[in-house]
Amino acid sequence: MCVTFHALRFTAVIPMTEINIVPVGSVDRNILEYLSAALSETIGARCVVSSITVDPSDAFNATRHQYNSTQILSKLLEAGRRNGGKLLGVADVDLFIPVLTFVFGEAQLDNQAALTSVHRLRQRFYGLPEDERLFFERCEKESLHELGHAFGLLHCREWECVMHSSNSIEQVDLKKSVFCDSCAAMLASNGSSR
Amino acid sequence: MATNNDTRILIVDDETIVRESLGSWFREEGYSVDVAASAREALEKLSQEAWDIFLLDIRMPGMNGLELQRKIKEAHPDSTIIIMTAYASVETAVEAMKQGAYDYIVKPFDPDDLEHLVRNAIERKQLVSENIQLRSKIDEMNLFHEVVGKSDAMRRVLEQVAMVSASDTTALIRGESGTGKELIARAIHANSPRRYLPIVVVNCGSLSEGVLESELFGHEKGAFTGAHYRRKGKFEMADGGTLFLDEIGDINLKTQVDLLRVLEEKKITRVGGNVEIPVNFRLIAATNKDLEAMTAEGKFREDLYYRVNVFSIAIPPLRERREDIGPLVEHFVKRFTQSMNKPIRRLAPETMELMRGFDWPGNVRELQNAIERAVLVCKTKEIQPDDLPLQVSDSRGKATNGKSLSDVERQHVKKVLEETGWNVYQAARLLEIDRVTLYNKIKKYGFKRIDK
Repeated sequence: MCVTFHALRFTAVIPMTEINIVPVGSVDRNILEYLSAALSETIGARCVVSSITVDPSDAFNATRHQYNSTQILSKLLEAGRRNGGKLLGVADVDLFIPVLTFVFGEAQLDNQAALTSVHRLRQRFYGLPEDERLFFERCEKESLHELGHAFGLLHCREWECVMHSSNSIEQVDLKKSVFCDSCAAMLASNGSSR
Repeated sequence: MATNNDTRILIVDDETIVRESLGSWFREEGYSVDVAASAREALEKLSQEAWDIFLLDIRMPGMNGLELQRKIKEAHPDSTIIIMTAYASVETAVEAMKQGAYDYIVKPFDPDDLEHLVRNAIERKQLVSENIQLRSKIDEMNLFHEVVGKSDAMRRVLEQVAMVSASDTTALIRGESGTGKELIARAIHANSPRRYLPIVVVNCGSLSEGVLESELFGHEKGAFTGAHYRRKGKFEMADGGTLFLDEIGDINLKTQVDLLRVLEEKKITRVGGNVEIPVNFRLIAATNKDLEAMTAEGKFREDLYYRVNVFSIAIPPLRERREDIGPLVEHFVKRFTQSMNKPIRRLAPETMELMRGFDWPGNVRELQNAIERAVLVCKTKEIQPDDLPLQVSDSRGKATNGKSLSDVERQHVKKVLEETGWNVYQAARLLEIDRVTLYNKIKKYGFKRIDK
């Protein structure tokens, strides 16, 4: 089977959806602005960097030296409830859910909020020299992935699709920052119905 | 393409956060997931629906994960259970694995490990169900479907096959060349509890002493010139299944001693090796030799003879059960017309008469080859006498006493051997018999090669 990949360019498909990019704690402004531009282009919805911020300090777990992503997701939802559209929280801290050693992000399936962390996306985290282009690319992939979940998409079997599960940085790098045809169609359908 | 996984996972944990986070993690992966907060709730869910994979927390109030695992295994022995624990201790892991858990994982899990674990569990589950399907297919097959024969003699043989199959008893199959000794050995194997494991066939007559030894026992790398790799022998390859030693009467005395030791100790040492390897196989042997006479002459070890001759099945030659010729002819005509895609309907009555009257010194194999040739050359819808090989068609009008046929055969075999310059392979092909049969005929008629 031949699967093609493409970025969605049809801005008219999900015109009503606005994506608010919410910084969680201290996050480099450049990342937020890059995501705003890149996500608008790929998803075709208006993406803005929100004026609100979420403080993650309550979610800090002193034993694990990590932040509980589910708790941050709740705070994000509370803070952005008055906003319509989707909320994408972007954090620069290491996230976990109690049962897993870490997560790159978490989302409410087919719901309003998604959260992603850029902490493990830097080459420096793996003891390698920094690579800004690769880092931004990874941020875009993981943000698209978590937003995909918020739009009701599940993990995809196509290993190049951005919705393919990534449980390691190698898997993040293997996939592309675009949706496969099937996921793109589902995204368009789910997005326009909301 | 979004995942559409049919796998159903039940997560059992008393901690809400674990149930929720793990549940949503699996849902994102596309699995069907349900959760239970206690063992009791899990058992209730299990009584209503079926699940493929269970993730059980080991420490729960009330019934713990190990007890729940026991209950699940009682009701569904094939369930795949993964034990989750926050308390990494070897004892709990060992206990869980002993009771049949598929694996054991310590909280918090590495997401990559969890993904691999679940994927492997699914693959295992698929293999298990595929294996069950294949086994039932093997069971459904008519295990005697290849053995054709309605004569009393053959019926007795099949009764003996059924009798010996269920046990692990060593069987000795006796009969002239071409009577179907290997087929009977395969029927015994196919009816035995070892049927899901291999049957390994060794023709002892076709291998020289040194080759037979390394063939049976295998060899270590460098054991002899040319032993570039370590190689498993037939004893090891038949592990769990059946070893069929054809022409056991042709084994030399040294190998007889080695074979006897293997049969007694159930252990082997590869040629050039020094490690004893346990082997577990059922032995079926076959011969067309008079083992009793050989034993008396000292050519076959008496102790090995008694080891091998536990349950003996004698297949009578075709000339002693002529009523089987008709069904055999039908069987082979059907087989070869199908494989060669020929529109042949039947044998002309005179052809059938000829076949029934012939002595078939090469037995069923000769009959099979005769029909293969006839189907190949036949140009009409009925096989004519002239389509048959010369030795059969030439028996027309001649007295069907053994002597005249034997004379014809003797002359013909000698002629072909001389024509081919004693190239046994080529001669056997021209004669449409196998090499073993040809060797037997050379011995039978006392032919000797005269080198120029």
